[in-house]
Amino acid sequence: MSKTNVNLDIETVQVREQRLGAITTWHGESAAELVEKSACGSLKDRERSFSQCLGCSTTHGACQTIMIQDSVLISHGPVGCSSCFHDFAFSYRVSGANRGLTDLKERHVYSTNLEEKETIYGGLQKLRDTIRAAYEREHPNAIFIVTTCAAGIIGDDVESVTNEMEKEIGIPVCAVYCEGFRSRVWTTGFDAAYHAIARKLVKPPKQKRKMINVINFWGYDLFNEWFKPLGYEANYIAPYATVESLGIASEAAATMQVCPTLGTYLAHVLEEEYGVPEIKEAPPYGIPQTDAWFRNLGEVLGISDEIEKLIKQKKEEYLPKIQALREKLRGKKVYVAAGASYGHNLLAIARELGMEAIGAGIFHHEPGFDNGSERTDVLRKVVTNYGDVPNFNVCNKQEFELVNRLHALKPDLLLARHGGMSRWGAKLGIPSLLIGDEHFGMGYEGLVKYGERILETIENDEFVKNLEKHAFVPYTKWWLEQPVDTFMK
Amino acid sequence: MSGFIEQERYTCAIGALQTVVAIPRAVPILHSGPGCGTMIGGFFERSTGYAGGNTMPCTNFGEKDVVFGGINKLKNIVENTYKVLDTDLQVILSGCTAGITGDDIGSIAEEFKSQGKPIVYLDTPGFKMNNYRSHSEVVNAIIDQYVSDFEDANPPRSRKNLVNVFASIPFQDIFWKENLKEYKRLLEGIGLEVNILFGPFSGGVREWQTIPAANFNILVSPWYGQPIVEHLESLYGQPFYKFGYVPIGGNETTRFLEGVIEFAKENGADIDENKAEAFYRREELAFYEEIDNLTTFITEFRYGLPGYVHVIGDAGYVVGLSKFLLTETGIIPKEQFIVDNTPKKYQKEIESELAGISAKRDIPAVFDPDAGKAQKTILSLDHSKRGLIIGSGWDRELAKKTNNDFVAAFAPVQYRLTLSTNWAGYTGGLHVIEDIYNTVLSSYE
Repeated sequence: MSKTNVNLDIETVQVREQRLGAITTWHGESAAELVEKSACGSLKDRERSFSQCLGCSTTHGACQTIMIQDSVLISHGPVGCSSCFHDFAFSYRVSGANRGLTDLKERHVYSTNLEEKETIYGGLQKLRDTIRAAYEREHPNAIFIVTTCAAGIIGDDVESVTNEMEKEIGIPVCAVYCEGFRSRVWTTGFDAAYHAIARKLVKPPKQKRKMINVINFWGYDLFNEWFKPLGYEANYIAPYATVESLGIASEAAATMQVCPTLGTYLAHVLEEEYGVPEIKEAPPYGIPQTDAWFRNLGEVLGISDEIEKLIKQKKEEYLPKIQALREKLRGKKVYVAAGASYGHNLLAIARELGMEAIGAGIFHHEPGFDNGSERTDVLRKVVTNYGDVPNFNVCNKQEFELVNRLHALKPDLLLARHGGMSRWGAKLGIPSLLIGDEHFGMGYEGLVKYGERILETIENDEFVKNLEKHAFVPYTKWWLEQPVDTFMK
Repeated sequence: MSGFIEQERYTCAIGALQTVVAIPRAVPILHSGPGCGTMIGGFFERSTGYAGGNTMPCTNFGEKDVVFGGINKLKNIVENTYKVLDTDLQVILSGCTAGITGDDIGSIAEEFKSQGKPIVYLDTPGFKMNNYRSHSEVVNAIIDQYVSDFEDANPPRSRKNLVNVFASIPFQDIFWKENLKEYKRLLEGIGLEVNILFGPFSGGVREWQTIPAANFNILVSPWYGQPIVEHLESLYGQPFYKFGYVPIGGNETTRFLEGVIEFAKENGADIDENKAEAFYRREELAFYEEIDNLTTFITEFRYGLPGYVHVIGDAGYVVGLSKFLLTETGIIPKEQFIVDNTPKKYQKEIESELAGISAKRDIPAVFDPDAGKAQKTILSLDHSKRGLIIGSGWDRELAKKTNNDFVAAFAPVQYRLTLSTNWAGYTGGLHVIEDIYNTVLSSYE
C-alpha cells in the first residue's frame, strides 16, 4: 500500500475510491479472504441491481465542521441538503457536557436555498449574500461551506467566492467539497472537511507543545484522563475545537485517531506537512491492540518505560473483571453491522469477551490507508489476533441485506454503530446494542464497560421478544430465503 | 423565489416522500443522490413508517450516472423492488441530480404500469419547490396516475355523505397523525363518512381508490393542499370547503363543524342536524368544563405564567394558535412569524384572519422562511415580562436567552415525542394547554 501524496494547494482531495481503492460491495468466504485480497490489490467493487438509501458526503463534511465552536456552517444547495443538520446541533449541546463544556454557543446553520433560477444562472450571488449575512449575524472566526450535488453539477465556482469573501470580511472562509454524487463512500466527506481545515486553518508550527491531536467525534473526555498523567493534553479535532486550537494542531507531539476511517487523511497530512508523528497502530480495542497502541504511543512520545508501567497497572486492575465477563458471555453468537473500521473494532470487543462472531456486514472497505502502513489495518489485526470471521460482507449499509443475514444467522446479539440498523435486530427478536460514544469501548476498561452493557442487553430481552410478535416487516418471504449476494452484479 | 435560510423549518421537494410513507403500505422509490433519503428522514423524527427511511429503494446517483444518466439503474431497482418488498403502491421521486441530467422517470413508471403495477412518478428535484408545495404535487400525481384507474367503480360524487379531507401535511405537521384521527372522529360524529387518506386510521390504497366518489372535499389549511382540492374540483366537479387555519379549542372547532354541516347540506348530504349539533355541543361542553376548572389556576397562580406568545411556525398554526390562545387562555399573541414560504397571493387572507381576531389589537405577522431572522427580531424585543415561544427545536436556546417558556411544536424537533397528541379540535385545545402549562409548572423546582 503506497502513501497518499498530500497537496494542500489544490481545492479538493481525491475521493476514496481513487485514493485508497475503497469499495462498497463485497461478498466472499470470510474476513481473512478480504484481508488477503486487499493485500494483493485484487479488490474490485461491484454494482447492485437493488439498492436502498445511503448517507452522503455532504452530511459527513458538515458533521465535522458544524461543531467547531466559533464557526458557522453554510450549505450551498437546495434547502433539503441541510435538512438533517439540526441533529448535529442537538448532539453538540448534549455531548458538550461530557467534555465539561457548559457555555456552548448554539449552532447556526444556513442554506443558500438554491432554486430553479440558480440552476440556470448559477448560485454564487446567493452564496455571497449568505456569507455576508452569516458574518454580520454571528461574527464567527471562520465560515465553512459544504457543497452539494446541485451546486456541483451546475458548476458554481465556489472557490473564487471564498477567496473574494475572505478579503471582504477578513476571516477564513473554507469550502468543503463534498457533493454527494462524487463518491459512493460517504466518509469521503470527512476527508473533504479535513482538507478544508488543513488548507485554511492549520498554521505552520512555531513551537512544540505537550499536546496530542485526537481526531474523533463527540465522545467523552477519555483522552485527557489518559494523557494528563503522562504530562500531555488532548487537542480534539474537530468537534468542540476552535479556530485557534485547530491552528496549532501542527505543534502537537503526535496525532491519534479514534478510527482510521475517520482520521486517515488528516493524520497523514499533519505528519507529511508539519512533521507531527501519527500513532499508526490501529486504535485500542481489545487487549492485544490496546497493548500495541499504548506501546506505539510510548515510542512516539519517547516514554516507553512509563507506558509499560501503565499497561501493567491497568491490566492488574481490569483483567480479572474481563475474565469474569468472559465466563458469562462465552459462546454467545454475535453479528456486527457497522461502518469500517468501527465494525472491525466491535468484532475485536466481541471476540475478546469470549463471544463467537458469526458474521458482519461492514458498510465499506479500504484495503489500506493514507499513511500506507499495515499497522493501521484494523481488520487485519482482528483476524491476526482472534482468527477468521465467517459470513463477512461489505454491505454499503443496505438494510435488505442486513435483514436477510439476521434472518439466516439468528445471532444472540446484534452489535451496531450507525443509525437505522439496530431496530432490525429488535424487530426480529434479537437483543441489539448501539453505543454512540466512540470512546466507550476503548482500552482495557472499555472492554469491561462494553461487556457489562452486552450482558444487560442479552439478559433484558423481554422487549425484543414481544416486539418480534408485532413488528411490521415489509420484506417478502422470498427475499429472506435468498442468498445475500442475489442482487450483486 | 426566496433568499437564503437560516435554521430551516421545512425541507425540499423530495420531502414529498414522507407523504408517500404516510399512506399505509406505500413505498417511495428515489431516483436521487445517495443522501437525499437520509436528509429527509433526518429532518423528521420517527419518520420511517412501513417502508421509508433506510428501507426506501434508491438509485444513489453516482458520478457515472450524472454523466451517462441513471435510467437503466432505476429500471432494475424498480423491478427488484417488487421482489424484495411487499407494498401496495410505488411512487418514483427524482432528486436534483436526475432533475438536472434530465432522466425521464416517467418512461420507467409507464413501463411498469403497463404490466399492471400500481406505480406513480413525480419529478421532485429539491431546487424546484419546498415540501409544503410538493405534498400537493405528489397527491395530485397519485390521483392522476393511480386513483383515476378506479373511477368506474367509484363514479364521481356518487356517495353523498363521503368527504375527502386534506389537512395536516404528514410529518411536516408533527401532530399530523392524531390531528387527522381527530378530524375523522369529529366529522363522523356529525354524520359524514371520511377518507382521511394518511396514517393508521386510513384505509390505505383502497380508501384512495374511493376519492372520486366523495361528494365534496374539506381543506383545513391557509394555502398548502389547496392545489389538491382545486385539482379534484376540475377533475370530478367536487366543490371544496376551506377552513383557513387549524381549528383549536372550543370556539373554532365549533365554527369549523358548523361550516362543514352548512356546506354538506348545500351539497345534498344527508345530515341529521339535530344529532350533529347534539354531538358537537357535547364535545364543546366537555372542553369548556375543563377551561372552567382551569380558570382558578389561570387567574390565581401567583408565581408567574406567560402573558404573551410568539409563534414561529406555519400559517395554519400561527392563525389557529393566535385565536385559541387569546380567547381561550388569555395569552396574548404578539409578533408572529410565518416560516412556511407562503405564496404572496395567500398572504392577504392570512393577515386579515389575524386582524379579525380582536378589535382591540393588531397581531403583526412576518412572512419569511429565514427563521434565523425571526430569532434576531425576537431577541431585539422587550422581554421584561414572562412570555412563551412556540417554535421548533431550533428555538429552544432563543427561549432561554429571552427568558421565555418554550413549547416545541414544529419540525424539526428533537425535544419531544408526539405519539398520541393532537392540537386540532376540542381535545387539541386541551392538549395545547397541557403542553404549555406543564412546561411552565416544570420550571418551578
